[in-house]
Amino acid sequence: MLSYNEVYFVVEHFGYLAKALARKGSDKVHIAVLVKQVPDSDEVKMDEEKGTMVRSGVGAIINPLDLHAIECALDLRKKHGGKVRVFSMGPPQAEEALREAVALGVDEVFLLTDPCFAAADTWATAKTLAAALSKAGPHDLILAGEKATDGETGQVGPEVAVMLGLPFSTYVSRLAIEKDFAVVHRTVEDGVEIQRLPLPCLLTVLRDLNEPSMPTLSGKKKARRFNVVKWSHEEIDLSPLEVGLSGSPTRVVKIFYPKVTREGAFYKGKDLDKGIEHLLEELHSRGLLDGGKGNA
Amino acid sequence: MHRNNSSSEILVVGEVRGGILHSATIELTAKARKLADILGAKVTTLLMYNHVDRSVEDLSWWGADVVLCAVGEEFESFNQEIYTNIISYLIEQRKPQIVLAPATTSGRTYMPAVAAKIHTGLTADCTGLDIDKDTGLLLQTRPAIGGNIMATIQTPNHMPQMATVRPRTFPVPKPDKRRKAQVKYLTLPEELLKSSIEIVGKEVQEGLDVNIQDLDVVVSGGKGLKKAENFKLLEELAFVLGGGVGASRAAVDNKWISYPHQVGLSGKVVSPKVYFAIGISGSVQHLAGMQTADFIVAINKDPEAPIFRVADIAFCGDLFDIVPRLIEKIKAEGGKEQ
Ligand SMILES: Cc1cc2nc3c(=O)[nH]c(=O)nc-3n(C[C@H](O)[C@H](O)[C@H](O)COP(=O)(O)OP(=O)(O)OC[C@H]3O[C@@H](n4cnc5c(N)ncnc54)[C@H](O)[C@@H]3O)c2cc1C
Repeated sequence: MLSYNEVYFVVEHFGYLAKALARKGSDKVHIAVLVKQVPDSDEVKMDEEKGTMVRSGVGAIINPLDLHAIECALDLRKKHGGKVRVFSMGPPQAEEALREAVALGVDEVFLLTDPCFAAADTWATAKTLAAALSKAGPHDLILAGEKATDGETGQVGPEVAVMLGLPFSTYVSRLAIEKDFAVVHRTVEDGVEIQRLPLPCLLTVLRDLNEPSMPTLSGKKKARRFNVVKWSHEEIDLSPLEVGLSGSPTRVVKIFYPKVTREGAFYKGKDLDKGIEHLLEELHSRGLLDGGKGNA
Repeated sequence: MHRNNSSSEILVVGEVRGGILHSATIELTAKARKLADILGAKVTTLLMYNHVDRSVEDLSWWGADVVLCAVGEEFESFNQEIYTNIISYLIEQRKPQIVLAPATTSGRTYMPAVAAKIHTGLTADCTGLDIDKDTGLLLQTRPAIGGNIMATIQTPNHMPQMATVRPRTFPVPKPDKRRKAQVKYLTLPEELLKSSIEIVGKEVQEGLDVNIQDLDVVVSGGKGLKKAENFKLLEELAFVLGGGVGASRAAVDNKWISYPHQVGLSGKVVSPKVYFAIGISGSVQHLAGMQTADFIVAINKDPEAPIFRVADIAFCGDLFDIVPRLIEKIKAEGGKEQ
C-alpha cells in the first residue's frame, strides 16, 4: 500500500520532467536497486605471454559491489517494511543476474533490454534507467554499487539521480533511515563525512556497508519461475535516438592492451644483498633517501 | 550546447580538502596548460574553499591564466549538490571547451552530476589526455577491466568535453614564477549555495589523515604477512622512506589492517614513485590498483608468483628475512631523516 503524494520537480537544465515522490506518513521504505551484470573476474586469468586478461569462457555474475546494495535494501525491508525492486539494463542474458537477485529475496525485477540500448555510455545508461524508474515509481530510496568491476566508472548512479531531480550521495559505508531522511557515512580519502539527505534520494554504496547473504534454496527455486518484467525503449517512452550508442555523448575511438609485464631484475639466495644495493640506488635516484624531503 | 558556442577555455576544477590544496590541482592545471597551448586556449582553475594553506595565485606558476575562487563557510565541508550547482552554472556562463577534475571521491561524485545536468559526456579516471591533431578533440584514455585494457574516448558532439583524471598521473613541472594569473573572487547567486543535503559532521579516521594515494612510497602487505602484528614491520619500512602502508584484500579481509588501506580493483588505485608488494601474490584484482606505479618492488618466496611479472626488482625469499635487512640498510643510508 502506497500512501504518497506525488510531487514533480522540474530539472531545469535537463528539461526533463522527473517524477519524484514525497513520503507522507508511511514508515515503509520502497527501494529500487540498480544492478549490472559483469564478467566474473574471479575466473579471469592472465595470459602468461601477452600479460593480458583471458576473458573467453568466463561466466557472468551480478557486479559484486551491487550485492552490497541488494543486501542493504533487504536489511531495510526487514526493519521498515516496503518493497525491493531491482532494475538492470543489459542484453537478454542479463535476466540471469536478475534471477540471482530474486534468489536473494527481492520482490520484483525489471530488465531493460532492447537492441537499441547496446553500446550505451554512462549517460545513455543513466537515461534509460531513469526513464524506467520514473515509469515504475514510486521509490523512497534508490541504491547502486559504488561502481561496476568492468567499466569502473561509478558515474551511472549520480547521473540517474540528477536526471530524476533527486539528491544523492556516494561512497556510503553506513546508512540509517530516520523518518523521512537518510543519514549516511561517506568513506572518503581522509575519513568519514556524515550527511543527511531527504527521501527520496539515491545512494551508491561501498563494500564495507555489509556482508552480502547467500541465496537460499527456496529463493533459488522461486527464482526459476519468477516473472522478469522486460521493457524495451517503447515501454519507457524513449526514442531509439536517446539511448544506446546513438544517445551516448562519448565514443570509444581506440582500444589497446597496455604492456603490464616489466623486465625486472630477479634476486634470490646469495644475490639478495645485490638486490638490496640495486634497490638503494633506485631509491637514491628518486630522491627518496636524501632525508627530509617529500611526504614524510 | 554546440561546439561553436565554446570559448577557448579549459576549466580545471581544483580541490581543497580540509584547508589543504590537493596536489592534483597543480597536476591538472599543468596538464591543462599543455593541452591549451595546442588549442590556443586559456586555462582557468576553479577553487571552492573556506580557507586554504597557500596562495591561490601560485597556480599561475603551473599555467593558470585565471584563478576563480568561491570562498565561504559553505565550502568548509564537501557538498556535492553545491559543487554541482556552481560548476554547472560556470559552464553555462563561460562555455569552456574542456572541463577537468581530479578523480578523487569528490570529483567522481560531482562530475557525473554536472555531466547529467548539462547533457554531455564524461570519461572517468583518465590516465592519458591529448588533443587530436585533426579534429582538436580531447583524447581521453583510461584503463578498464582492472587496467587490462586501455580505451581512448572522445566526446565528439557535446560541449564541454569532460574527464576526471587519476591523481599523480601527470608529473608536476617546475614552477615558472614569472607567470602571473588573474585571481577573481566569485559572487554567486544565492540559490546555487542552497542544498537539501545537511552536512552533519566529519570524522577524520586514525591512520587516515594520510591517504596512501597521495604518497611517493606505498609499502603493501598481503596474506604472506600472516598476522596483524607483522604489519609493524611494513610500517617501519614505510616510515624510513616517508611513505605509507597499503594492503591486499586478503590482508584486509583478515582484519589485519583497515579497508582504506586496500589497494586494487575494489580498493584504492595508487601510482606512487615506488610500490612495494610484500607477501602479495599479484592477482589481477590487486594489479589493477598498483600497476601504474613508476617502480615496483616485489618480495615473495614463491618464484612463480605473478607479482614478479610486473616487478622492476623481484626479491625471491622470505619476507621476514628480507624486510628487516632492507630497513637496516636504508637506515644506514640515512633514510628520510625523521
Ligand atoms: C571482485 C573482486 C575484487 C577484488 N578486489 C581486490 C582488491 O581490490 N585488492 C586485492 O588485493 N585483491 C582483490 N581481490 C582478491 C584477489 O583476487 C586476491 O584474492 C587477493 O589479492 C590475494 O591477496 P594476497 O596476494 O595477499 O594473498 P595470496 O594470494 O594468498 O598471496 C600471498 C602471497 O604471499 C607469499 N608469501 C607467504 N609467506 C611468505 C613469506 N614468508 N615471505 C614471502 N612471501 C610469502 C605467497 O607466496 C603468496 O604469493 C578481489 C577479488 C574479487 C573477486
